[in-house]
Amino acid sequence: MELLNLEKGKSAIVSGINAKDETIIAKLREIGFAEGDEVEIMHYGPIAKTPICIRLNRTLIALRPEEACAIEVEA
Amino acid sequence: MKYKVALIGAPNCGKSTLFNGLTGGRAKTANYAGVTVETKKGIFETHAGHDIELYDLPGIYGLTARSQDEKVAIDMLNGEMKEVGRPHLMLVVIDASNLRTHLHSALQLREMGLPMIVVLNMIDIATRDGIEINVGELSNQLGVPVVASRATRKEGREELLNQIDKLLIGDLETALAKSVHDNLALLQKDARKIASIVIEKEASLNVITRKIDDIVLNPFLGPLVLALVLFLMFQAVFTWATPFMDAISYLVEALGRNVRNILGKSLFSQLIVDGIIAGVGAVLVFLPQIVILFAFIIILEASGYMSRAAFLMDEIMRRAGLNGRAFIPLLSSFACAIPGIMSARVIEHERDRLTTILIAPLMTCSARLPVYTLIIAAFIPNKPVFGFIGLQGLVMFCLYLSGIISAFIVAFVLKRTMTHGASQALIMELPSYKLPNARDFFLGIYMAAKSFVRRAGTVILWTSVILWGLSRFPLSATNLRETFAGKIGAILEKVLAPIGFNLEISIALVPGLAAREVAVGALGTIYSIQGGDANLETGLAQTLQHAWSLPTALAFLAWYVFAPQCFATLATIRRETNSWKWPVFAFCYLIILAYIAAGATYYISKIWF
Repeated sequence: MELLNLEKGKSAIVSGINAKDETIIAKLREIGFAEGDEVEIMHYGPIAKTPICIRLNRTLIALRPEEACAIEVEA
Repeated sequence: MKYKVALIGAPNCGKSTLFNGLTGGRAKTANYAGVTVETKKGIFETHAGHDIELYDLPGIYGLTARSQDEKVAIDMLNGEMKEVGRPHLMLVVIDASNLRTHLHSALQLREMGLPMIVVLNMIDIATRDGIEINVGELSNQLGVPVVASRATRKEGREELLNQIDKLLIGDLETALAKSVHDNLALLQKDARKIASIVIEKEASLNVITRKIDDIVLNPFLGPLVLALVLFLMFQAVFTWATPFMDAISYLVEALGRNVRNILGKSLFSQLIVDGIIAGVGAVLVFLPQIVILFAFIIILEASGYMSRAAFLMDEIMRRAGLNGRAFIPLLSSFACAIPGIMSARVIEHERDRLTTILIAPLMTCSARLPVYTLIIAAFIPNKPVFGFIGLQGLVMFCLYLSGIISAFIVAFVLKRTMTHGASQALIMELPSYKLPNARDFFLGIYMAAKSFVRRAGTVILWTSVILWGLSRFPLSATNLRETFAGKIGAILEKVLAPIGFNLEISIALVPGLAAREVAVGALGTIYSIQGGDANLETGLAQTLQHAWSLPTALAFLAWYVFAPQCFATLATIRRETNSWKWPVFAFCYLIILAYIAAGATYYISKIWF
């Protein structure tokens, strides 16, 4: 399922990073997202639930939904 | 011979602290032709007596260059920066507490074929969080020396110096395993494999960071905290600085009096007292405010809160056509638009970067503070509102706010006209909270204060002298209108009279074009000459109370919210956009806005009061 659909506070494992735009994939990988990493939605921004604060292992990363939807997870 | 060493790592890995630690803070900004980037360069000596030139490169996560900053870092490592050449050695800094996430960048960098040392930074913080890393094994796995370093202490730094010596004494041409694969996903897989071997004990997210974020990033409390932080910042700038400002202005006045007593009434004495002491003194008084403002910005940045602010602001910024990342350049612009405009390089998308650059001058920079403070002190009574907020502080807050609101409106309009295009992504790390390092803090403030004082000693000194000359000559002049300054001002006054500006303001705006705060010094010079000795002692604020009407004072404030009176900013825009089109555009739109705002303020307040 998509990371976006993960319930806040529940952790999951990254199973894939897919997007039409190659640079989005490269950016997400460079900041640290990779298959097998643990992720969890920690917070939503105050307006329209964006951006999203995601815990990646023990790092916190802010993404907008457009980028976050590139990340596939498995519970 | 001098060895060139490049310091490289992700943002927030403690690179700057390490840089300051190694070089003792003796840094020079290094500029490179044709590249709009400033990096720091410092010098130190190793135990074996090797001279090292240390280059602090912009923070990068990987080698796929996208933003200008990242491109510079990569060009430098590839030796494509002619002034520097290829570095002899690179120090790759990794935040020990995020080793698993960031290790792949060390693998990527290793493939550049440069001798390298991995600095496992902030190991004390990782240990405190319960992480255990086998440093020796990491070195084995990577095939390069690894040094564990504490964030703030000397420990680890000694070992690092020894390792540098070892590599320098030995064969620098150490051949390194060249690219096994350049596929990022596979590289990450290798990195994770190594991480699993060397990380002997893993910990979850830092508890303190988690708890603070529960409040600071809460959708309701978060914005409230942010507003509070910003309000506190501006109240502090205005109230905490007062005793220090009073002390400085007392010293300036005493100096002026004594010099006058010694030198008598000669023309030379007038030049020293009315020109130099009054002009430079009127600006130096604002040093305490600038120090406090920079102190706040440095603490917000170093503590990790700044990126939380960017997180909270992202959606509002996006709706205005900006990006959450623009928050940092824009907030720095409150100190000074020049570093603000330069830090817009972190914005990868060219159009977003341009929009940010164009609105940065609308953020109230510290050079406007002297003007605001002077006018507010003279015209706004210091009475409490709602019992605890000072009216003066409130007016100041409103001035800042009107700058911000205008910036958003301008961004919104620009985004739909001149700089339209898709917004870029937001992918931003929120570092764990840290206590700011004392050395970094004081160095940052010292650098800011130094550049302010240097301006006072150069630009402001010379404009004070020139303005004094213009307003003192020809000697036959009996009043201001007959002097050279009066004649230039009279031409300007024709244009500025409709918005409530008098001759003195028109004259002060001439040197004020070079730098905003100069206008205060200029007013000091103009009025002390016009009124004789007494004015220097009664203070400029009191003089203005009698000389200006309230609508004029308010119009002057409104003018300052917008007016593009800083050549250095325009020059920076020119450099950053690589074209004259944008600084000319910025100048025109700002001056038109200033004229309209001042005019509207003048007429509305004339009816009101």
